[in-house]
Amino acid sequence: MRLEILEKKEELKKRAEPRFKELKFSISRIRKSPLSMVGFCIILFFVGIAMLAPVIAPPKYPHDPYKIPRYGYSTTPKPPSWEHPFGTTEGQYDIFYGVVWGTRTAFRIGFMVVGSILIIGILLGSVSGYYGGIVDEIIMRIVDTFMSLPTLILAMALVTALGRSLDNVMIALIIVGWPAYARLVRGEILSVREETYVEAARATGVSDAGIIFKHVLPNAIYPVLIMGSLDIGAMVLTAAALSFLGLGAPIGYADWGQMISFARNWIVGPPGKPLAYWYTVTIPGIFILLFVLGWNLLGDAFRDILDPKMRRR
Amino acid sequence: MKMLNYIIRRLLLIIPVLIGVSLIIFMLLLLFSPEQRAAVFVTDVKQLRNIQGIIAKHGLDAPIYVQYFRWISQLFQGNLGWSKTAEKPVLEAFFYFLPTTMELALFSAPLIIFIGIYLGSLSAVHKDKPIDHVSRVFAIVGWSLPTFWLGLMLLMIFYGYFSGLLPPEALGVEASLAVKSKEFIRFTRINTIDALLNGKLWIFFDALRHLVLPVLTLTIIDCAMVMRIMRSSMLEALGKGYILTARAKGADERTVIKKHARRNAMIPVVTVSGYLFALLMSGVVITETIFNRKGLGWWWARAAIQLDIPAVLGAVLFNGILFVLTNLVVDLLYAYFDPRVRLG
Repeated sequence: MRLEILEKKEELKKRAEPRFKELKFSISRIRKSPLSMVGFCIILFFVGIAMLAPVIAPPKYPHDPYKIPRYGYSTTPKPPSWEHPFGTTEGQYDIFYGVVWGTRTAFRIGFMVVGSILIIGILLGSVSGYYGGIVDEIIMRIVDTFMSLPTLILAMALVTALGRSLDNVMIALIIVGWPAYARLVRGEILSVREETYVEAARATGVSDAGIIFKHVLPNAIYPVLIMGSLDIGAMVLTAAALSFLGLGAPIGYADWGQMISFARNWIVGPPGKPLAYWYTVTIPGIFILLFVLGWNLLGDAFRDILDPKMRRR
Repeated sequence: MKMLNYIIRRLLLIIPVLIGVSLIIFMLLLLFSPEQRAAVFVTDVKQLRNIQGIIAKHGLDAPIYVQYFRWISQLFQGNLGWSKTAEKPVLEAFFYFLPTTMELALFSAPLIIFIGIYLGSLSAVHKDKPIDHVSRVFAIVGWSLPTFWLGLMLLMIFYGYFSGLLPPEALGVEASLAVKSKEFIRFTRINTIDALLNGKLWIFFDALRHLVLPVLTLTIIDCAMVMRIMRSSMLEALGKGYILTARAKGADERTVIKKHARRNAMIPVVTVSGYLFALLMSGVVITETIFNRKGLGWWWARAAIQLDIPAVLGAVLFNGILFVLTNLVVDLLYAYFDPRVRLG
């Protein structure tokens, strides 16, 4: 009896061994890759700023914290000082306040857009891949059409049509972004659809939805999640570009892209001091760059770790 | 014969995408209220009193399919409407702005492709060596840089700090006057090429000086994509059997990498070149706005802000057609070089 249990234990251990090895390997990969650690730290830093925003930069208008406080109406930016650690930009908007609260805006854009895209893309992609036929054909033709248009230009046209606002920027990015996910999910599903375990589930009478969500999707989800984390950065970047062009948040809203557009007239300083207004453009730009870089590094690390084709190289 | 068959099949595939693009544009158009769309037809202030009359006259409240077919038939006659930002009909404005953008694409696209392929394969050959790490970091930072910020920073340094070394706009004051003069013949309306054809070297160099920063901006940002794809496909190629064979036969490392690995690894890069053009057009909107080069992107950005509906829809249409055409060329080249495609 004892011997039997011992044997069973031994067998279980043997079975679990490859999985355990893989997990250990994954963790060692994360630890060993300094870039993914850097990405992780950057995102952690921004999470901290976003959470502590009311402490770091107490709002002047508590009912509307996203409104950047103004200190006067002069157009000329003022250099960093004790009251304004990063200086003030055109129209005397406080740069420090703007970048701190802009972090929240960036997270909101990234999570809302990518979250919605994931839901729409996964739903339509699964339906398309699992059922095939005419449904698949129609969805995929729509996807093709959307993917034939450059992201920024289509988003620009959508925001023009919907009206200028941050919400409409997000809606536009969702409309522009979902097709790539639908295509990816469909491809993944096609490749696992014919696996024996799916057939077995079907034979035991599991419903279509059950098969898709319990058996097919979990095996097809990793590439989607990798793309998602890379896209949080990309979407924030596109939103910032739209804001920069003047199609995003209302003037004075804490938004990194808009802060750079404030700085556009202050690239070159007065004669003799060409870099006099460096802080107006440099500081908000570094925030965008780091935020996007963080997500890209994280996504890259996920790819190396989760993709079995890449991990052994 | 097989090739001809393939070409016909491939050409037929264009139709659904173009119909799709036309539907997207039409839906965008419908997002505007009839009043907003009527404003496009207003040429005189007095007409503003009669907006309802204009709506009725142009059938802007007719059933959707009627409006769609009317719009499509206008499209086929080349009537894309009047752009108020360009003060020209959209089609005419398009050909007016195209050369400036072409010039930018002409200089950046080859740079993006060559640097991307070179760095990508270098990175793969020296995998996990310092060179690989440096170029990967370069790629990921380039990929994360906001185009508009990079452009402004470059201007701050090379226009501000090095007082006027590399200025914005397309030409300097003297050169733009010279270009407009009568004896300067505009063959292509692309400044650099026209200057050479007219034998005016100083205009050529002036145009080149104005091109450096925008081209640099686009290259830094877009070559990251090419590099990334090239690196992973090169890694895959290096692991293939024919590389082993080539090495076993005693080919030296340079031949193996250049002739055997790199050539095969370039196929995925060719595949994405259609997307590269889409990426480039997105970049052009920003770079032209920042550097104040009056090209397509500059026009579209202004049109979007000033609610110039025909111009914005024209931009979507143009990009759809550009994408379809570049992909068609890519696929046909593919079929020509790779028999598996046309027979499959």
